[in-house]
Amino acid sequence: MDAIKRYFRSPAAVAGLILLLIVIAMAISAGLLYPRDPLALAGRPLIWPFSNPRFLLGTDNSGRDIAAQIFYGARISLLIGGLATAIAILIGILVGAFAGYYGGTIDNILMRITEAFQTLPNFVLLLVLVAVFGSTLTTVTIAVGVVSWPAPARLTRAEFLSLRNREFVQAGRTLGMRDIQLILGEILPNALPPVIVYASVVMAVAILLESALAFLRLSDPNVASWGNLIGLGRDVLRVQWYVSAIPGIAILVTVLAVSLVGQGLNDALNPRLKGR
Amino acid sequence: MSGIADTVLSLDRLSVRLPKGADRSHALSEVSLSIASNEILCVVGESGSGKSMMANAIMRLLPNDVAIDGGHMMFEGRDLCAATPTEMRAVRGAGIAMIFQEPMTALNPLRTIGDQIGEMFSIHTDLSKADITTKVLALLTDVRIPDPNAAAKAYPHELSGGQRQRAMIAMALALDPKLLIADEPTTALDVTTQAQILKLIRDLQQRRKTAVLFITHDFGVVADIADRVVVMQHGVIVEQGSAASVLNAPEHAYTKQLIAAVPPLTAPPPRKLSDETILTIAGVSKTYRTGGFLGRGARVTEAVKNVSLRLPKGATLGIVGESGSGKSTLARCIVRLIDPDTGAIVLSGKDWATMSRENVRRETRHIQMVFQDPFASLNPRRKAAELVAQGPIVHGAPRAKAIAEAKELFALVGLDPSAGDRFPHEFSGGQRQRIGLARALALKPDVLVADEPVSALDVSVQAQVLKLLADLRQRLGLSIVFITHDLRVAAQICDLVAVMKDGEIVEHGLTGKVFGDPRHPYTQALLASIPGGAFAREHAAATG
Repeated sequence: MDAIKRYFRSPAAVAGLILLLIVIAMAISAGLLYPRDPLALAGRPLIWPFSNPRFLLGTDNSGRDIAAQIFYGARISLLIGGLATAIAILIGILVGAFAGYYGGTIDNILMRITEAFQTLPNFVLLLVLVAVFGSTLTTVTIAVGVVSWPAPARLTRAEFLSLRNREFVQAGRTLGMRDIQLILGEILPNALPPVIVYASVVMAVAILLESALAFLRLSDPNVASWGNLIGLGRDVLRVQWYVSAIPGIAILVTVLAVSLVGQGLNDALNPRLKGR
Repeated sequence: MSGIADTVLSLDRLSVRLPKGADRSHALSEVSLSIASNEILCVVGESGSGKSMMANAIMRLLPNDVAIDGGHMMFEGRDLCAATPTEMRAVRGAGIAMIFQEPMTALNPLRTIGDQIGEMFSIHTDLSKADITTKVLALLTDVRIPDPNAAAKAYPHELSGGQRQRAMIAMALALDPKLLIADEPTTALDVTTQAQILKLIRDLQQRRKTAVLFITHDFGVVADIADRVVVMQHGVIVEQGSAASVLNAPEHAYTKQLIAAVPPLTAPPPRKLSDETILTIAGVSKTYRTGGFLGRGARVTEAVKNVSLRLPKGATLGIVGESGSGKSTLARCIVRLIDPDTGAIVLSGKDWATMSRENVRRETRHIQMVFQDPFASLNPRRKAAELVAQGPIVHGAPRAKAIAEAKELFALVGLDPSAGDRFPHEFSGGQRQRIGLARALALKPDVLVADEPVSALDVSVQAQVLKLLADLRQRLGLSIVFITHDLRVAAQICDLVAVMKDGEIVEHGLTGKVFGDPRHPYTQALLASIPGGAFAREHAAATG
């Protein structure tokens, strides 16, 4: 309760939440406002924004409505961002919790694997995965999640290392709790806040990764995504720059909103760190 | 004792405001006192009484949201309340110096002791490098640090706690300050080291005629060191006067209560002990090996060496010793939080030391533990009733029944049964320790291992928790292993005591016998070092 009150005391956090809600509203209302397929041809190609009332944000090089693609693209970005983050955080918590709680050999093995993932640049690994498994929406989402787990794993492990020898965990052990009860019931709830905050960073990066893939035309071409639109706009960037700029702004706003919400959560959940 | 002329610092109706939402509006309200040169003024109070806030206010080192909002602090003819930050910097260190409770955190871990003391001179004077080195050595010799040359070159972690505090004192006295503020300087130290540091402060003060403002919570320390005493409660001075008059004829009810709560050194009349043994510890050892590659440069610490003890049914066995003596390791071996290397721990016919982890988990309800830190030992994300009910739930009791029993236990340990829906942070330190006790009792153990259960509590709360423990052991027939560093606490509650030093038991027997007629020189040294020993004996003789 206190955390919620503290959250709403920060103007930046509230602004971030409002922006994020707008993006979510766009995703939900896309079907109502634009009942037609956003990838269907709608009019003349390359109409400038605000010049034709039928196409408020203009059309792209093949004459598809940019506004419709932006609305439907919000769905894709949120879907990929949300699911990939969930996958990354879940793997991260599992690996980090076991490594941090048991230490020793288990920790060594799990951390070496984590480091192996970290030494490869995220994006290169993502390209390899997409190249091998194909670029459908499902594989892209899973691939983005799989390349993003090492950081949350290390964070969870650090929290577990500092918590596992606390007296309340020892108390749980003297009460006769099993390891799994100690990990899930006693330590994890106390280790969670920083991981939740970090999830916002993972989500922002996941959205960017998908856009970058789409820009290279390696994402699923059969869905209307912001990245795909930027990729298309690449061909006409010098004259009809708006084709790339509009989805670019949408990505910027979404990532900014997610980051602000994350920062707000951080200040709300760790009040002592704020204001020195 | 002192005329107005040689007053060093006087506080005149000083008030310090706390931020909104604190438990009271002012940390200090209209505090007036004065310190003369060549005297030690002790400020006594329990935690939250505002005594440390007063020290920080004098140094003008208050947190950002806390501010002085009335009164004056006169030092060397000017009001420190009105001094600019630049003027204050000249006063700090040179005019008023301060030593802190924990010397490890007050010293910079990356710089040598000599370097840090020398900094005092390089900031406030224009002495040459060579002069500074000589002065630093002279100071370290003055505080009687063993081998001053080596100490000057040492880093803080290379010195013991007592040596670090000596270095802090040397640093504080470097510029011959008029006033030395000592904020609980011996609280983090062992009792024998504490006695040495108190003697050092007294000696230096008499030689240098410094005024000392000594902040403490311990009336034993007051009896040893104070010329005059100020007693604080909730940010208000309730009583002040000469040490003799406050200690022997306290006027305010709160002072009387604090003095009455000081545990007397004499043991209560011995209780009859059962012949039946419930717990036998035989030849238990635990050795730690750290660092080293392929056995080279490894450090071996023998935390517990061949300890054998016997706990009669219904009795309380005290294990006393200083930090590093291995008493906490022994306690953790008994409940198998740590696996002992050798030896047997026999509880009702079963050997705990060699039992498998799975069996320990199942049998753990026979032996339970109460932890030292009431803040760290309760999971902050669980409600109080849940914490207490956890043990029975783990061992298969239905949840609703366990919660109902937890409420009964609340009443047993003197808590409001309806408080079960609150989180740990909503309770005071003493109340949390009661929750910890209820949690241990929920499994109806035969043996309770209590690891410093009252060390983190104020004296008055300490007395209440000890009384509760004594009462419970009578009603429930509990056998208790009681770990403590405080001999006064041990004397009050234990039937038997064992004195531990460097992992070994050096002396054990009936409490009255060990404390009344100590045989081992270490036990004798421990007993002689108890602060206010003489006062405690007089006090005990006078009251009972």
